[in-house]
Amino acid sequence: MSLDLPTTGCRDVPVLKERGQREVFCGLTGIIWLHRKMPDSFFLVVGSRTCAHLLQAAAGVMIFAEPRFGTAILEEKDLAGLADANVELDREVARLIERRPDIRRLFLVGSCPSEVIKLDLARAAERLNAQHAGRVQVLNYSGSGIETTFTEGEDAALAAMVPALPSTEAAELLLVGALPDVVEDQMVALLTAMGVGPLRLLPARRIGDTAAIGPNTRYALIQPFLGATHSALQRRGASHIQAPFPFGEEGTTAWLKAIATSFGVSDELFEAVTAAPRARARKAVASQTATLTGKSIFFFPDSQLEIPLARFLARECGMRPLEVGTPYLHRELMAPELDLLPQTVLSEGQDVDLQLDRLALAAPDLTVCGLGLANPLESQGFTTKWAIELVFSPVHFYEQAGDLAGLFARPLRRKTLLEGQR
Amino acid sequence: MKLTLWTYEGPPHVGAMRVATAMEGLHYVLHAPQGDTYADLLFTMIERRGARPPVTYTTFQARDLGADTAGLFKDTVRAAHDRFQPQAMIVGASCTAELIQDDPGGLAETLGLDCPVIPLDLPSYSRKENFGADETFLQIVRHLARPQARTEQVTCNLLGATALGFRHRDDVTEVTRALAAMGIKVNVCAPLNATPADIARMPAAHFNVLLYPETGESAARWLEKTHAQPWTKTIPIGVGATRDFLVEVAALTGLSPRIPEDGLRAPWWSASVDSTYLTGKRVFIFADATHAMAAARIAAEEIGFEVVGLGCFNREFARPMRALAARMGLTALITDDYLEVEAAIAAAGPEMILGTQMERHIGKRLGIPCAVISSPVHVQDFPARYAPQMGFEGANVIFDTWVHPLVMGLEEHLLTMFREDPEFHDAAGASHHGAKAVAPVEASGALPPNPRDISASVKDEVQHWTPEAERELKKIPFFVRPKARRNTEAYAATKGVTAITVETLYEAKAHYAR
Repeated sequence: MSLDLPTTGCRDVPVLKERGQREVFCGLTGIIWLHRKMPDSFFLVVGSRTCAHLLQAAAGVMIFAEPRFGTAILEEKDLAGLADANVELDREVARLIERRPDIRRLFLVGSCPSEVIKLDLARAAERLNAQHAGRVQVLNYSGSGIETTFTEGEDAALAAMVPALPSTEAAELLLVGALPDVVEDQMVALLTAMGVGPLRLLPARRIGDTAAIGPNTRYALIQPFLGATHSALQRRGASHIQAPFPFGEEGTTAWLKAIATSFGVSDELFEAVTAAPRARARKAVASQTATLTGKSIFFFPDSQLEIPLARFLARECGMRPLEVGTPYLHRELMAPELDLLPQTVLSEGQDVDLQLDRLALAAPDLTVCGLGLANPLESQGFTTKWAIELVFSPVHFYEQAGDLAGLFARPLRRKTLLEGQR
Repeated sequence: MKLTLWTYEGPPHVGAMRVATAMEGLHYVLHAPQGDTYADLLFTMIERRGARPPVTYTTFQARDLGADTAGLFKDTVRAAHDRFQPQAMIVGASCTAELIQDDPGGLAETLGLDCPVIPLDLPSYSRKENFGADETFLQIVRHLARPQARTEQVTCNLLGATALGFRHRDDVTEVTRALAAMGIKVNVCAPLNATPADIARMPAAHFNVLLYPETGESAARWLEKTHAQPWTKTIPIGVGATRDFLVEVAALTGLSPRIPEDGLRAPWWSASVDSTYLTGKRVFIFADATHAMAAARIAAEEIGFEVVGLGCFNREFARPMRALAARMGLTALITDDYLEVEAAIAAAGPEMILGTQMERHIGKRLGIPCAVISSPVHVQDFPARYAPQMGFEGANVIFDTWVHPLVMGLEEHLLTMFREDPEFHDAAGASHHGAKAVAPVEASGALPPNPRDISASVKDEVQHWTPEAERELKKIPFFVRPKARRNTEAYAATKGVTAITVETLYEAKAHYAR
């Protein structure tokens, strides 16, 4: 679309860094989609009633579908003596493994309370690994709010899996980040059609399909929030294929192109494989742009998807980003995105009250924010798109580009439809 | 440590949030890590509030822990005070902040703010949401209520309605109307819609109406002790309970308890012949204690159900719950583990469940109709329409809500008559649930595989069903079939019968006939 925007490139734009109240989820929330992706894994949060309540609020009705996650709630007696807590944990884990024999991998997930009392879950995981050797692999990571924000929970989980990956000398492509199965299949099909491979996925759907890693592994990140996983992969000697993230037609093409270049795919083959889906994506996005073109948009920080999404909306849908907030800005991973993003205000971290003041001044046409803010903003006359849906819904790659634009167009269309009602 | 999948109640600071969000002019500063703000969305989404809850979080992160979380807390309180200019503030810690042992009350006091700052001490590792609400309300009342003369007119306070309360909004309206019909004005309704200034004038009322013991009883007791205000013990849910409540209020005030019942339809609806099929329907009740106990009375006395299970998830009310269950010939189920509730429901084999959102899902899984009577609830139970539980309109609402999930009398009769028809056989499902009628599996004499391994049963001399008896069992309507199976097996066991035949089935039916 509007590739002739006057100013492009945010690499050198100063970032507004703020500290104050943050209206964000903690990393435990990542469990909600990770457990669906890894059907033979169980996520055991060691935390408080608050953690259990959070998961319940975030998972909604999913909690009744025999979820493979739960919370070992710390009680007063666990706080009295730490030795006791380890015995208790061993017992609860043994009981869980007995009750769910289909579980092959168990994640002990740290929370704020377990971090603050310094319950050593890494050692607990080692001990439990020995106890249940051969049956269940036990890993640990922290999804605590004091350390992780929302999608960083997935990052922490994947980073915890990297050291346990077997070694290999093979030159394979590792694709990193959890995607809905349907999107993952599309991605694999595109790369396979280009003859890129062998392909490995992290996370794999089953523990038996776990990838191996080594100095000849090349990897591409599918999600922007995988900083810790990126470091862990580097430590294993794998090399990173840097690219924008696969949102929209342009993002997907650039992402595929980076991999194709790295694997020596000819331009003709790349063109042959991508031409048809590119056209489809452009057409699907075009059907939404009438609603979106010229509209201004304001992002509250949530998932680290904000910058790539703002880039997509600005470049392919003609929107005007007024402020793009992100909970954390990983400069190295985000560099290709920043180069493409038209100049705008970038903010990292949050003081929610001050940011709401800026929002009131900016008066955007559309505000992307969490569910704690959305209805209060709607009642003040702002139009909002709640951000969490962007993490749960299939939005990556060509076939979802139209749906992705549609997620932003829908609240605006609805506003017009209901105008007479207000 | 206790493995938990679903919790009936949140942590106590969520209870404090329910009080703060219910009120106006009050601000809550919560010492809590990043992420605890998730609780905001319970109010903005489930209750669909159009404003942010009046709660400011310190949202400390790992890097703050080594530094000065106490300083962060003080800065946050000062900033919240300056921004929101509340009449009063409450301060407290969430579960994580409880561990780092900053003292919110003491820290806030050193700031010398020009409004009352009320410290909350909510033990997160031993208590839960309802306690948090009850305790917070008590502390607010204790700190703000001032001794004063009674109002000239007879007035009362309504105690216990909060944010995120099941039908609190409309219960308050309904009870206010009923009291007005007796000539009684509401002095203050709190915490819902009250300001700190309103709390200060609560002692001017002649008496208190305790709407929800879970969230208001401590305040009621304190007001009784300190300001000599009596409080009502009857919860006006159901026709009988509402009448008793009005009599209780009359005794406290010397006014007449008789108010017009012209809008009350539930008793006639229940007496009408279409309701006859409700007689003796087996119902399992599990909810918060107040709603469960009220429901038990309505079920038994006003609709004519048989209560086959009764319990609650809030231990604070275990004693009255046990006493009521004993009077009904039952053992109360006091648990906050939904798997235990599921097991109890499966064992009792009810025809209907009255419960919370969890019991609704259990009902779905077990194929038993269910109506929701208490928190915790999802967004659909914060309806746009007027839908109280209390008072006479509440009785009307309850009658409709409970009866609709059941197959209506005529419908039930027809289903039984035509159950072999392609539209009505067991696997077809209910048309209004979007199910599609599919052809029945067993068209001819071919039986579905017997779930029990007969060969093994014979070897071990344990019970088994003959194919004829199994086929006969299939003819019984699906919603009573599990119970028929269980009764027959229990009967056969007492008689030492191992091969269950058609005769055994009917002998058992005669044995258990009510």
